[in-house]
Amino acid sequence: MDHKKLAVENRSPILEVRNVSKLFGSVIALSDVSAHVFPGEVTCILGDNGAGKSTLIKTFAGVHKPTSGDYIFEGNKVDFSSPRDALDAGIATVYQDLALVPLMSVWRNFFMGSEPTKGSGPLRHIDVPLAKSICIQEMKKMGIDVRDPEQPVGTMSGGERQSVAISRAIYFGAKVLILDEPTAALGVKQSGTVLRYILEARNRGLGVIFITHNPHHAYPVGDHFVILRRGKVFGDFQKNEITQDRLVYMMAGGEDLDQLQDELAALRAGTAV
Amino acid sequence: MSNSAVAAAPDERLAQVGLFRRLLLRPEIGALLGALLIYIIFSLAAPEIFPSIRGAARFLDPTATLGIMAVAVALLMIGGEFDLSAGVMTGTTGLIFSYLTTSDCLNVAWLGLGNGQECFNFGLDVWSAMLVALVIALAIGFLNGLLVVRTELPSFIVTLGTFFILRGVNVGVTRLMTEQVRVTNIDDASGYLTAQRLLNAEFMMFGENFRSSLIWMILITIIATWILLRTRVGSWIFAIGGDYNAARSIGVPAAKVKIGLFMATAGAGWLVGIMTALRLRSTVASQGVGQEFIFIIAAVIGGCLLTGGDGSAIGAAIGALVFGMTRTGITFAGWETDWLFAFLGVMLMAAVFANNFIRNQARNLRMAETRQRDKLEEEE
Repeated sequence: MDHKKLAVENRSPILEVRNVSKLFGSVIALSDVSAHVFPGEVTCILGDNGAGKSTLIKTFAGVHKPTSGDYIFEGNKVDFSSPRDALDAGIATVYQDLALVPLMSVWRNFFMGSEPTKGSGPLRHIDVPLAKSICIQEMKKMGIDVRDPEQPVGTMSGGERQSVAISRAIYFGAKVLILDEPTAALGVKQSGTVLRYILEARNRGLGVIFITHNPHHAYPVGDHFVILRRGKVFGDFQKNEITQDRLVYMMAGGEDLDQLQDELAALRAGTAV
Repeated sequence: MSNSAVAAAPDERLAQVGLFRRLLLRPEIGALLGALLIYIIFSLAAPEIFPSIRGAARFLDPTATLGIMAVAVALLMIGGEFDLSAGVMTGTTGLIFSYLTTSDCLNVAWLGLGNGQECFNFGLDVWSAMLVALVIALAIGFLNGLLVVRTELPSFIVTLGTFFILRGVNVGVTRLMTEQVRVTNIDDASGYLTAQRLLNAEFMMFGENFRSSLIWMILITIIATWILLRTRVGSWIFAIGGDYNAARSIGVPAAKVKIGLFMATAGAGWLVGIMTALRLRSTVASQGVGQEFIFIIAAVIGGCLLTGGDGSAIGAAIGALVFGMTRTGITFAGWETDWLFAFLGVMLMAAVFANNFIRNQARNLRMAETRQRDKLEEEE
C-alpha cells in the first residue's frame, strides 16, 4: 500500500524500513514493521509504553540490528554496526539524556568530540573564538540567544538544553534527526519551544523523527504519523488522513479504551448499587 | 506594565556582578585565598624568616616536587579518577633507576639458581637508566588505566591494589638486591652530574638558592593549564570526568583519554622519583609511601571536584604551595611538627567547605537567573 502511494507522489524517502522484526531472545519487540521518513517532514512515532518505539529508533540509530527485514537509507540498503556508523551516515539521535555534560560550557558541549582546531603539532589547539561564534550563530538559528557561551549547560533550562543537543546534531551534518521523547520532562511552555525547534529542523530540510506518547505534541508539528502497538504498526497516516481527535483516540488505545470505559462504567454502577 | 522593563532588570545585574562572578567561578580562587591566609599566618608566626626570600626559597623546595605530582593528579581527578599508586611510583621509578646505575648483588639461592650471591654490575649510564624507568612507569600507568577502563571498577580500588603491590615489590626487590632497604652510590654513574644539573640543580636568585625542580613545576603547570583549557584533549578530560557515557556517546575517545591520564600520572611519578634519587644520591625502598593522599589533598585544595569534571592545574600547584608553606612554616615558627598532619587535615576540610560554598554561591546566582528567565518566558 505504502509503496504504491510513494510511487504516485514521485518522491523518495530518505530513510525506510521494510518488514523489520527484532527479537530479543523469545521476546518479539518489533514484528514486521514498515515505515518511511521523508526529508523536510516530521514523522511522528507514537505509541504507549512497550509499543516498540525505543526498539524502532534504536534500530534507526544503529544501536540494534534488525533480526529480519531491510533498512534503507538514501535508497541503499544499509547495515549499521554501531551508532557511530549511523552518525557518520547522517543519522543523529538526540536521546532523553541529551549526551551533554552539565558542568561544561555551552560551546564546549556543542563541539564535544569535534572541536575545531588551528595550529599544528604540539601547538595544535582549539579555535575558541571560532567555536564560540559558531555556537552562538547556530543556536540563534534555533531561535535561542546565547548571551554567554561560557555558561555551564547544567544551569540552562530544559528547553535550552534540548536546543543545544538539536542544533549540535544539525550543525554536524545530520540529514535525519531522531528525537527521543524530547518533551517528556518539560512543562507546557518549554515543550512549545522544543516543538518550534522541531519545525525549524524540518524547514531546513531534515527528516525529523519525533518519538512521543503525547498526540497533542505530535499532531501540530507532524506531517506523517506512525502508531505502534505491541511491536506492530497499528496505523500509518499522512496528516490529511487523520484528525487530532482520531489520533488521540487511537493513541489512547482505540477500541480497547471503549471496552475499558464500558468495564469501568459497569464497575461504578456495581458499587453504586 | 511593560515586560521589557522587567526583562531588562536581570541584564543590568548581570553586567554588575559579571567580573566578580567570573572570578568566583574559577576553581582555583579558593586555593588562592587559602594560600594567602597561610602566608599571613606564618608571616606573623615567624616574621623574621618566613616572609623573606630565604623563607620563600625554603618553602618552595618541597612545593616543587609535590606540585609536579599534584598537577598530574589533578588532571586525572578532573578526568574522574584517582591514582593511589602515584606516591609509591616515585619510589618504584627511583629504585629502578638506582638499581640500574649501580652494581647489585642478588641472592640467587632464593631463586633456586645457585647457592650464593650473584653480583651484577648493571652500571648503566644515567640516561639509559632513566629511559628504562620511564618505560616501566608508563607501562604501570597504562595497566592501571586499562584495568579501570576494562573492569569499570572504581580506580580507588584498582590503584589501591597497585599501590600495595608496588610498595611490597619495592621493599622486597631492594632487600634481595642490596640486603638493605636503600640503594646508594648513584652519583658514581656516568652522566650523573649533567642529569643533576638539569633536574635538580641549585641556582641563585635574589641572593638565595632555589632548585631547578621549581622551574620544572612551573613549566608543567603552564603546559597542563594550556592542555586543559585550550586543547581538544583538555576538553575531553573535562567531558569524561563530567559524564563519561555522554562523552563517549558523542564520540570522545573516552577510554584512550583515561588511560593517557593514568600514564601521565605515572610519568610525573617518574620525574619526581628521578629528581629525588639524583638529589639524595640514593633511594630508600619506602620512598613515596603516604604521599599519594597529599597529592590528592593539594589537588582538592586547588579546586578539583572529587567526583570529576571540574578543577584546575594552577589550583593544584597552589594547593602544593599551601602544603609547602605549612610544612616549612611549622618548623620556622618552632611549632611541634607532630601536628603537621592534623593541621593539613583541617586545611583540607576548610578548603573543601570553602570551595563548595563558593561554587554553590556562583551556581545559585546563575540558577536564579535561569529560573528568572524561564519565568519571564512563561509570562510572555
